Amino acid sequence: MNGGGPLLQVRNLVKLFAVKRGLIIERTVDHVKAVDDVSFDIHRGKTLGLVGESGSGKSTTGYCVLQVLRPTSGSVVFDDRELTELSGQELRRMRRRMQLVFQDPHSSLDPRMTVGDIVEEPLAIHRVGSRGERRARVRELLETVGFDPSFTNRYPHEFSGGQRQRIGIARALALSPDLLVLDEPVSALDVSIQAQILNLLKDLQGEFGLTYLFIAHDLAVVRTMSDRIAVMNEGKIVEIGLAEDVYGSPKDTYTQELLHAVPVPDPRVMRERKAERRRLRAAALET
Amino acid sequence: MAEPLLSVRDLGTHFFTRDGVVRAVDGVSFDVEKGRVLGIVGESGSGKTVTALSIIGLIQKPAARIVSGEIMFGGRDLTTLSERELEDVRGSQIAMIFQDPMTSLNPTLTIGSQITETIRRHFDVSKEAARKRAVELLDEVHIPNAAARLDDYPHRLSGGMRQRVMIAIALSCEPDLMIADEPTTALDVTVQAQVLDLLDELGESHETAMILITHDMGVVAEASDDVIVMYAGQVVEQASTLDLFDHPEHPYTEALLGALPQLEGNGVRQRRLTAIPGRPPDLVDPPENCRFAPRCKYAGDDACTRHMPELREIRPGHFVRSEHPASERSGRKEAVPA
Repeated sequence: MNGGGPLLQVRNLVKLFAVKRGLIIERTVDHVKAVDDVSFDIHRGKTLGLVGESGSGKSTTGYCVLQVLRPTSGSVVFDDRELTELSGQELRRMRRRMQLVFQDPHSSLDPRMTVGDIVEEPLAIHRVGSRGERRARVRELLETVGFDPSFTNRYPHEFSGGQRQRIGIARALALSPDLLVLDEPVSALDVSIQAQILNLLKDLQGEFGLTYLFIAHDLAVVRTMSDRIAVMNEGKIVEIGLAEDVYGSPKDTYTQELLHAVPVPDPRVMRERKAERRRLRAAALET
Repeated sequence: MAEPLLSVRDLGTHFFTRDGVVRAVDGVSFDVEKGRVLGIVGESGSGKTVTALSIIGLIQKPAARIVSGEIMFGGRDLTTLSERELEDVRGSQIAMIFQDPMTSLNPTLTIGSQITETIRRHFDVSKEAARKRAVELLDEVHIPNAAARLDDYPHRLSGGMRQRVMIAIALSCEPDLMIADEPTTALDVTVQAQVLDLLDELGESHETAMILITHDMGVVAEASDDVIVMYAGQVVEQASTLDLFDHPEHPYTEALLGALPQLEGNGVRQRRLTAIPGRPPDLVDPPENCRFAPRCKYAGDDACTRHMPELREIRPGHFVRSEHPASERSGRKEAVPA
């Protein structure tokens, strides 16, 4: 356990993907820099929001933190341990403490497993407790996420998207992790259900002191979840800071552009913006 | 007032499934005026897409059937037309734009051949003339270097550019009405604004009316003149866009707006969102009373738990289906400007 330092420290993270050509003799012709010199800290019990458009590298960053994808270079220090140097047994032990919640609870839950088995699986893999103890823990976890534990013998397809995401969260919590990497956890859900899941995540963070890396493209969703926010574009963090500073007085032009493009539920604001864009286009045509 | 371009009356579209009859669209009525944009907003399963597909006759028969109502367009009831007649209406008078341009464009054909095919299906013109027209259309949707783009395949274009091609195809037959189903949902937010601007600009220059279907309240606020809110297969509120956002009446509309995370404001990080408890009813044998009642914080042991509220005009141009509209709630009886 470290004391006051950050739980997660990412420094100069780089992830290259090879661009390959040739059908039979494949050769690497180029590299794409999916993550380009990314650095950030997350303190215990806090949330860093990672926001950006598709292809910005935000999800790849999350996978590199968890070592699901191995970074090309850079350092990922989790609770004073350098993860990029770990492998095998040691890495598995650290991974218990960092869990991933996926976007689509439909495709990330095995349709042939019951709800109970899905939530129990991480406990079984890590041989935690006896069968009976694990079953009791599963019920407790499901209750924690607001899912009726009497449905443990049902299958995921019998439930709505919101309920399935609760199952995914219960599974992620099974090994009592310190860090959750949440990759677009609510973007497949309807607004009314999305609010339920975001509230649940807020409650769980308060209750268990969880640390979140919250990845999403929806700027308002990221705002409501995050203490600090990092804006990514083309693999780089273009701006990072306290949520209210990044959104309230963005310094980077890309951040400004992004914030300005989000439709807000206020027709007057939207009409004003539309008129402004029209003026800008007309001015651009004249020059 | 002139006759509306499209008039939907008491539309009912049901799905006949193993589990029973799903009343996906249940007594929906609305008009679309020439040159205006009607937003239809609702969550998944609210019936907004099935309504649109019913209008252009693209519901999957025989599993889905229009069981009641009429769809008046150009003096004809579209529900009575044959498949052949509907094909002529689609494309030439009503065009549809879908969410994902990659699945609606044919990946094995060049963009040029897909546009000219549509043009030649509806107009008697030579190949060369159709190609010339295709270049004009791509120019109009602001695709740079249009002539060179004709020989490209769809995968060479970005999502935003593909959606522009879909819009060009929709425009090629000079439709009176465009139906856009979540046209920007698959796009990044900066591209979304550009595509919505394009639709706005084209609607104006061609006097094309549009039905814009979306789940996003921000998109509705940005792009529509009038709004319909759908819930569980029914219209629950209808108003001009300004009036709907200024004075939402239906508890569902209010709750939906309240559940949206805010982009700015103090303490948003600490605050919980105002979630709507529960979820929409099963549309196989839905309850006879107000369908939102189980999730409504104003519903008590009163009329709305016993019968279905009518869609009524609470003030000129503003319709609501609820026993508990905002302006009639006790303690909140202050006058609402009409």
